[in-house]
Amino acid sequence: MSPEYEVVIGLEVHVELLTESKIFCSCPNRFGEAPNTNVCPVCLGLPGSLPVFNESVLELAVRASLALNCTVSSYSKFDRKNYFYPDLPKAYQVSQYDFPLAKEGFLDLLKDGRSIRKVRIERLHLEEDAGKLIHDQKESISYVDYNRCGVPLVEIVTAPDLRSPGEAHLFLDWLKKILLYTGVSDCKMEEGSLRCDANISLRPSGTETLGRKVEIKNMNSFRAVQKGLEYEVIRQKQILRAGGRVAMETRRWDEEKGVTAEMRGKEEAHDYRYFPEPDLPPLMLDENFLSRMKGELPELPEKRYLRFMESYGLSPYQAEIITSSKNLADFFEDTLLHYPHSQKVSNWLTGELFGLLKTSVKEIDDIPLTPLHLGELLKILDEGTLSSTLAKEVLEESFLSGKLPREIVQEKGLLQISGEKELLLIVEDVINNYPAAVKDYSDGNKKAVGFLVGQAMKQTRGQANPQVITELFKKRLGK
Amino acid sequence: MNVSKKEVEHVAALARLALSEEEKILYTDQFNVILEYIHRLNELNLENIDPMTHVQQLRNVLRKDIAKGSEKELVVRILEESPGKEKEKGFFSVPPVIEGFEMEE
Amino acid sequence: MNLYEKTAYDAAMALEKKEVTSVELVESVLGRISEVEKNVKGFIHLIERETILEEAREIDRLRAKGQRSSILAGVPMALKDNMCTMGIPTTCASRILEDYRPPYNAHVTEKLQQAGTVLIGKANMDEFAMGSSTENSAFYPTHNPWDTNRVPGGSSGGSAALVAADEVFFSLGSDTGGSVRQPASLCGVVGLKPTYGLVSRYGLIAFASSLDQIGPLTKDVRDCAMVLEIIAGNDSRDSTSVPREKESYSSYLGRDIKGFKVAMPKEYFQEGIEEAVRESVMNAVVLCIKLGVEVEEVSMPHTSYALPCYYLVGTAEASSNLARYDGVQYGFRAPDQDNLIELYLKTRSQGFGSEVKRRIMLGTYALSSGYYDAYYLNSLKARTLIRQDFENVFQNYDLIITPTSPSPAFVRGERLDDPLTMYLSDIYTTTANLAGVPAISIPCGLADGLPVGLQIIGRPFDEGRMLQFCFALEKMLGFKGLKPKISADGVLKDVS
Repeated sequence: MSPEYEVVIGLEVHVELLTESKIFCSCPNRFGEAPNTNVCPVCLGLPGSLPVFNESVLELAVRASLALNCTVSSYSKFDRKNYFYPDLPKAYQVSQYDFPLAKEGFLDLLKDGRSIRKVRIERLHLEEDAGKLIHDQKESISYVDYNRCGVPLVEIVTAPDLRSPGEAHLFLDWLKKILLYTGVSDCKMEEGSLRCDANISLRPSGTETLGRKVEIKNMNSFRAVQKGLEYEVIRQKQILRAGGRVAMETRRWDEEKGVTAEMRGKEEAHDYRYFPEPDLPPLMLDENFLSRMKGELPELPEKRYLRFMESYGLSPYQAEIITSSKNLADFFEDTLLHYPHSQKVSNWLTGELFGLLKTSVKEIDDIPLTPLHLGELLKILDEGTLSSTLAKEVLEESFLSGKLPREIVQEKGLLQISGEKELLLIVEDVINNYPAAVKDYSDGNKKAVGFLVGQAMKQTRGQANPQVITELFKKRLGK
Repeated sequence: MNVSKKEVEHVAALARLALSEEEKILYTDQFNVILEYIHRLNELNLENIDPMTHVQQLRNVLRKDIAKGSEKELVVRILEESPGKEKEKGFFSVPPVIEGFEMEE
Repeated sequence: MNLYEKTAYDAAMALEKKEVTSVELVESVLGRISEVEKNVKGFIHLIERETILEEAREIDRLRAKGQRSSILAGVPMALKDNMCTMGIPTTCASRILEDYRPPYNAHVTEKLQQAGTVLIGKANMDEFAMGSSTENSAFYPTHNPWDTNRVPGGSSGGSAALVAADEVFFSLGSDTGGSVRQPASLCGVVGLKPTYGLVSRYGLIAFASSLDQIGPLTKDVRDCAMVLEIIAGNDSRDSTSVPREKESYSSYLGRDIKGFKVAMPKEYFQEGIEEAVRESVMNAVVLCIKLGVEVEEVSMPHTSYALPCYYLVGTAEASSNLARYDGVQYGFRAPDQDNLIELYLKTRSQGFGSEVKRRIMLGTYALSSGYYDAYYLNSLKARTLIRQDFENVFQNYDLIITPTSPSPAFVRGERLDDPLTMYLSDIYTTTANLAGVPAISIPCGLADGLPVGLQIIGRPFDEGRMLQFCFALEKMLGFKGLKPKISADGVLKDVS
C-alpha cells in the first residue's frame, strides 16, 4: 500500500439469527422454501395484524452483543423506519434507532498469533428482514416473495477503524467465527444470512479528518468485500491524485466486471421518519438476565486461538485451523483427554482427518468417529504394533463405520509383525522368489533392498515392521 | 413557522400521494391554519420532560420461539385476493421496479 | 313494545326465560332495518339474511339443549367496519379497501362469536376512523336518528346510530380521540373507551396504535358492562394488551356511590362549550351531589394542549400505519400504471379520501427531518404532562366528570370545509386517549331535542367503579327510555 494515503473502512453487517420462528410471528424462519409459503397476516403486514417479539431473538442478539464486548443497554426500544418498497409489506421496517440493544464493543483482530487492531463496534441493533423482489425485465414485471419478511436480523456497525481491504476480510472471518461459536447465526453469505455493506474513504497519511466516504453494496462473499474495497482504493486514489474530489455516493459492486458503479439517485433524499414503534413495549434488561447470558457464553474463538498456541504449543497456523470452528476445537481438546500429545493430535486432525472430511464433504460433528476413536488410534500407534500406513486405513474404517480402532485392528489382524523369527521366514521366502533382485544387491546395487522389503510388505499385507525387516534383509544378504 | 406549497409537495411525495394543483393550494392553506393551532404547544416549557413513547408500563413482552407451519389456505386466499397478475405462480407482483430508480422527494 | 326496542340485557333475559328465540330477535331487527336503515345509513355491509338466520337457529338449538356460550348468546349486534371479519368485507369506509375481505378474525370478532352474539353487519364510519361526523365515509354519510339532517358524530357514527335507531342491540366502535364517546353523545347512547391495553387491538385496522381502543356502544350502562365483560381480557397476539385477571363488571352495578369523590376540571367548561351542553352537564352534577357524591372543581392545566398534541401523535402514527395501502398485496390497485412509482401515487391518491390524505400529510410532516423535534417529539413530551394532570387529580379523586362534546349533533356539511372546527369536536375526548385512561359517555339530557352526553373518566383499569357510578347516575337522569323520533313514530322528519 502506498503510504501517501491512509485507507479508512467501516462495515455494516446484517446477520440473520438462527431461530425457529420469525422475529414477530410464528412463521418458520427457514431458507429455500416455495415462494410465499412461510407467511401469515403478521409478516405480510395485513391490516389489523400486530407484532409479538420472539424471546430467542433477544437471547441470541444479547449473546452476540456480549461476544462482541458490547455494553447491552438496560433500556432499548423498537422504532419504525418508514419507506416504500414492494418487499416491505407494511411500508415500514421495525428496527431500533436511538436506543439500540447494545453499543460500544470491540473485536480484536488477530493475525499470526497476535492482535493487529482493536476494531470498535459502534452499535448492534435488532430489526426485521424484508422480502425478496425478483425482476423480470422481459415480462416487465417484478415478483414478490415474502418468505424472508420478518426473519430476525441484527445489524452490527463498526467504527471506521479498518485500515485495508485485507483487514476488512479478516474482520469478517473473525466475526463469522464468533457468531458461529455462539450459535447466533449460520453466517451463510450465499443464502444471505450474513450480508455486508462497506464505507470507505481515503485521507492523506498522518491526517485525522475523515475523507469523503463511499458506500459499497452488493458484495456477496468475503472475497467480494475485499475485491470491491481494493477496487475502490485504486479508484479513489486516482481521483485524489488527479486533484479531484470523491463523490459521496452509494456504489454497487459488479462481481462479473470486477468494478464498482454508481447506483443511480439513491440516498440523497431519504427521510426515514423514524419514530417509536407503538405496537411493541420497550425492552428493559436487568443485571440478573445479563449475567446469566454471560455465564452461558462459550469460550470465544480469539481466546481459544491464543490459548491453543500457548497451552498446546500449536503454531499460529495450526491454532487458526483448529479453532476455525467450535466443534473442531472441541474435538481437538476432547481427543487430548484420551491421548495427551497435542502436536500429534493436531497433525492427525488437520492432516488425515481433514482429508477424509473433505472427500466425504462432511463436518466434524456429523461423522461417527469421535475423539475417543482418534485417541485410541494414536495410542496403538505409539505402542509400535501398527504401521502408520495401516493406521490411516484404520482411521478411514473408523470414520465410515464408527468402529473403535482396536476392534478393527483385531478383526482384520492388522497388528504389526515385529518378531524376528516370524519375519525371517518371510525374508527367506522373498529371497527364494526374487533371485534377480538378490543378485542385483550382491552386485553392489544397495537400493535393491527396497524392492525386497516392498515384496515382504506385500506378502504381509503391510503388517511387517519395515525397519526390522530391512535390517533382516541387510543382515541376511550381507552388507 | 409557515408551510409553503413546496413543503406540501415534498411531504406529499414522501407519503406517495399525487396532488392536483387545487389540492396543493387547499392543503397548504389548511396546514397553516392547523399548524398555527398546534403551535400553542410552544407555550409549554418542555425542556426537562421525558417524551412518552408508551402509555402503559409494559416491558419485555415476549413470545416463545415456536414455529407453526403457515396456514396454506390462508395464503391461497390472500394471493387470490391480491391485485397482481402472477398469483398462480405463488407470487405477488408489481409493475417493473427499475433498479436504483428512486422518486424525488 | 317491539322486540328491537329492548336493551341487550332485556333481550338476553327474554331469551333466558324462553319468551323469545334468537330467530325472533333477528327477525325483529331485520324488520326494523328494512324500515329505517335507508334513512340512517348506519351499515356499510349487511350480512345475508339467510346466513344470519342460520346462525340464530343454531344458537337457539344449542340453547334448547341447555348450552349457551354467554348471557348474550343469540343477541344481534354490529361491528364497526375497521374490525376484521373473516371472509366478510372490512373496508374502513375507504375505497382503498373497498373489496377487501380479511382472511382472519379480529380478537373482538372472535370473542363475540364465542359468546354466541349474532353479527348483523358492518357499521359505517369516517374513513379509517378519521373524522367526527361519519361524513368522511367514502360510501355515504350516516344520519343521526334524532335528526337526519344532522351528523351522528364520528368516527364510530354508524355504530352509534344503529344502536340509537334500534337496528341492533349493541355495537362495537373504536376510539382514538373520542370516536366512541362523541358519537355516543350525539346519538344519545352509552359509549365506553376502555383503558389502553384492556381490549386487544388484534384485528382492529390501526389508525393511531398508541391511542386506539375498542369499546362498546349500548343502549344503557348495564349493556355496556355486559359487552365489556366479553371483549376485555389479555390477548397474547397484542403486545400492548395488559395481562390482568378477568373482572365481572356487572357485579359493580347497583352498588351505592355515596362518598365517591368526583373532580370537575374547569378547563372542560371553558373553550367553545355550548350553553345547553353546560346546563345539561351541570344538572347531572347537581344530581351527583344529591346522591351523596362529593364534587369539587379542579384544574387540569394542560387540557388545552391535548388537541394539538393529539393531532401530532395521531397523524404521525397514522402516516405510518396507512403506508401499507400501496396496491401491492391487497385492496385497491389503480388501473393503468407503468411502473412502481405510478402504482403508488395513483393507488394512494385515488384510494384515499381528502381527510385521510390531509392527516397522512400532517403526520408525515411532523415526523420529517427538520421538524421531528419541534412537532413530534414535543407532542410526546406534552403527552407526559397531560398524563401527569390525570395522575395528580386521581390522587385525590375517584372520577372526573366533564361534557363529552362541546355541542350536540351539528348539521351535515356544516364543518366539512373547516378541518380545524371539525377537529375541535374532539376537544374533551382526546385527553383520555393520550393518558390511556378509561372514559365513558352517557346521555344526560336533551338540548333542543338533541341528546347531550356527559363524560366520566376513571383511573386506569377502574372501569368497574366507573360503570357503578354511571349506573346509579343513569337512573336519576331520566334519559333512559327516551328514543329518537325515528323510532317513536317510524316517520322521519327528513328523508333527504
